[in-house]
Amino acid sequence: MNMLNVHNLGVAFGAVQPLSGVSFSVGKGETLGIVGESGSGKSLTAMSVMGLLPLIGGRITAGTVEFDGQDLTKLPERAYRKLRGGRIGLITQNPMTSLDPLKKIGPQVDDVAILHLGMTATQARARTEEILGTLRIPEPALICERYPHQMSGGMKQRIVIAMALAADPDVLIADEPTTALDVTVQAQIIRLLDDLVKQRNLALVLITHDMSVVAQTCDKVVVMYAGRAVEYGPVGAIFEHPRHPYTQALIACIPRGLADTARLSGIAGTVPTVMNYPKGCPFHPRCARAEPICATDPPELSINGDTGAACHFAEMPHAQPA
Amino acid sequence: MILRYTLQRLMMLIPVSFAISVVIFMIVYLLPGDPIDNLLRVGSSAEDRAALIARYGLDRPLLVQYFVWVGNMFQGEFGEAIVLRRPVADLVVQNLPYSLTLGGLAFLFSSIVGMALGAISAVVRNPVLDRFVRGFILLGSTVPGFWLALLLILFFSVNLGWFPVSGAGGWKALVLPVLTIGFGGVALVARVTRVALLDAGREDFVTLLHAKGLSSGTILFRHLMPHALLPVVTILALRIGWILGGAVTVEFVFGRPGLGSLLIRSLGQRDYPVVQACLLMLALAVMLGTLIGDVAQASMDPRIREKKS
Amino acid sequence: MKVSGMAARSLDAFARMSIGRAFASGVGMVAGGFLVLLVLVAVFAPWIAPFDYADQNLMNANAAPAWPHLLGTDEFGRDVLSRVIYGARTSLSVSATAIGISMAAGMTLGAAAGYFGGMFERVVMTVVDLTWSFPDILLALIFVAILGPGLTSTTFAIAIAYLAQFTRLTRAQIVRLKRETFIEATINLGAKPSHILLKHLMPNAIAPVIVVGILAIGDGIVLEATLGFFGLGAQPPTPSWGAMMSSGTAQLFLSPWVIIFPGVAVAVTVIAVNLFGDELIRALDIRDRLRGA
Repeated sequence: MNMLNVHNLGVAFGAVQPLSGVSFSVGKGETLGIVGESGSGKSLTAMSVMGLLPLIGGRITAGTVEFDGQDLTKLPERAYRKLRGGRIGLITQNPMTSLDPLKKIGPQVDDVAILHLGMTATQARARTEEILGTLRIPEPALICERYPHQMSGGMKQRIVIAMALAADPDVLIADEPTTALDVTVQAQIIRLLDDLVKQRNLALVLITHDMSVVAQTCDKVVVMYAGRAVEYGPVGAIFEHPRHPYTQALIACIPRGLADTARLSGIAGTVPTVMNYPKGCPFHPRCARAEPICATDPPELSINGDTGAACHFAEMPHAQPA
Repeated sequence: MILRYTLQRLMMLIPVSFAISVVIFMIVYLLPGDPIDNLLRVGSSAEDRAALIARYGLDRPLLVQYFVWVGNMFQGEFGEAIVLRRPVADLVVQNLPYSLTLGGLAFLFSSIVGMALGAISAVVRNPVLDRFVRGFILLGSTVPGFWLALLLILFFSVNLGWFPVSGAGGWKALVLPVLTIGFGGVALVARVTRVALLDAGREDFVTLLHAKGLSSGTILFRHLMPHALLPVVTILALRIGWILGGAVTVEFVFGRPGLGSLLIRSLGQRDYPVVQACLLMLALAVMLGTLIGDVAQASMDPRIREKKS
Repeated sequence: MKVSGMAARSLDAFARMSIGRAFASGVGMVAGGFLVLLVLVAVFAPWIAPFDYADQNLMNANAAPAWPHLLGTDEFGRDVLSRVIYGARTSLSVSATAIGISMAAGMTLGAAAGYFGGMFERVVMTVVDLTWSFPDILLALIFVAILGPGLTSTTFAIAIAYLAQFTRLTRAQIVRLKRETFIEATINLGAKPSHILLKHLMPNAIAPVIVVGILAIGDGIVLEATLGFFGLGAQPPTPSWGAMMSSGTAQLFLSPWVIIFPGVAVAVTVIAVNLFGDELIRALDIRDRLRGA
């Protein structure tokens, strides 16, 4: 049973439509990866699920976001606030700037438990220290008295994770949680998240631009391009039989080791900006298999069973990337 | 680091205070006429004159006199007021609390009301309101303080009879004076607060605050406001001279006791010992305020801490 | 003093561009127009004012605004409107003179400090910084304490009060310009300091200083009014907006118009100056250069 069910999500900022046709679902104990290049709309998707679009001037124009059976797009703000941080937690991208520099660590995490679990300050503090401990932060009591600028990036990111976990959420959305961290710390954080999913039976949405992370940790994956979900399905199937040309190209781009004498492949062309998404299928200018219909009709992400590809020629056997 | 900067600035204060004290000391000597006569009451006898000379060493060289004067000051001896024939130190001590109260309250008023207005204008993005606030700011900084005071008196005291016209009795008498001084300050603080809030609001951590489920109100007051506090204190401390200037005017207009009205009266009466003492006190306050403001500003911007000048 | 070709050209361009553009905006037009009007009123006061400012008529003292005394009369029966008109003369001339002196002295000092640098600059700037944090009213009071009340001391007091501002600003401009390569080139060609200062540095540094000067005239007017209010400025019977309000305080209950109208005159004038000054800044696009002050 799915905790989070996004169907055909569309988002607009004024006259511009950065997101459309985004669909996916995650269940308890599952990890869904949302993968794509910069500007493909991954973070926007996260913001939409959290209901934070008005903060940046956007609004949902199509589709539904179902959480535990409830359609969040119709939810009034007060009720949404109860969910945010309570049953749906967010981990943001840049730990260096995600914490209030003027407040100590302790109160920033305590806040969540106080707000969503109705705890007193003392109870919340005990809980905070406990969570910090499970996240393998040494000397939690001392850390609580420190200020953000006194900690490293990896440490800060763990604190952000602690804030997201404090109220025992059902869903965790991690928006590129390791992009801003050192490579060594990246692996730790990813493993940490993995453990959390298993221990707490969480539904994790992991947003990343790194296909190898997806391969290692995710159960399902959504591939995004130019604000659209172009492919969706279980990780194994996607990596072995990618059906969308973009996915195929992405996977082909992953370097396969030193022994590989073939040249590194790239994808010809550049990612379109929000202002000039191509008509029809957004990938068609860079696609080797493009036909006239691709320039006029945007393909739907037709989900069959648990997979889907937004391509008019998705059923055709594999073709070479450009 | 901040400590070192503070010490640096404190060290600079020494030559500055020296220079100011010299200027104030010289006032009596730059005046037309015999400086000794300027320190005497009109119609004093020759004996009084001799006594004065003996007491303050007024027949010694200028340099010596200066050090005698400074030395006396450190002992709390400021001379005797010409008109009232009382030790100047007494007069100063008597009037200081009134000025401090007025200044302190004006500071608080400007801060609190200013921050509230700044917060409102930051949150409510209304172009009409924006213009109104900007016009208010313009008014606050251009209207002569004493005129505003008079208008306030006219409206609230004369027409409505809510507050006393003058004097120092009770809290009611403080309302209009504080309002007058604070008026210009409110505009300044509002502008600083607004900028600080908008800047802080654009920071990344705000997104996470929302994601935690905190309401906009909580975020504004508990997380954004503290970011505006330091800029506000800094700007007010740096402009302390202006608060003091306002206090001087306001005390005079409202007939309140205080260093300001004492100064003005003494100027009119040519009571120079008192004038000197008042100027010294006010100058000291300005320097202190500027020091606090400078240090506060430095603690906000690491770049300033490195500069020597 | 001959204004050399380059300086003349930049001044000319400045004048045309800035004033033209400042007047072009709506606000600038209204504010600027008002100021021009004010200057005309001040200059032609004897012809415009319905009465002489010293004409007393004790039988008609404290009369409410009515024909022929459109703004009422004061405690001596003098026409308020006329006194306000003549007061404009006093305020404007005192302020303009004071600011003029201040600007000249400040620019000289600041340019010298900025150009020659070293110990001289440090000393000058320390003294200037000292005075800069002082409220203008305090500085003015110190000066009045020395010189005694009157228009002369008021003028000098105002000049001293704003000296720091012009010195700092000019120095900041000079320091900024000194680093420009065209100055380096001129030095390398063997030009004398005075030549460099006058022909190259000053013309470029002038714009912000002039604009600040205009704004300072507004502050000067307020300062002059304040000093007048304390009885330390223009002495009777010379009309001054501040002194009018001072003597009118006694009649606050009976005839408030005696203080209201001069105050309105001050407020409106200063607001106009500020608005026009802001438009000038916008037209010249020199907001960043003003940060040196």
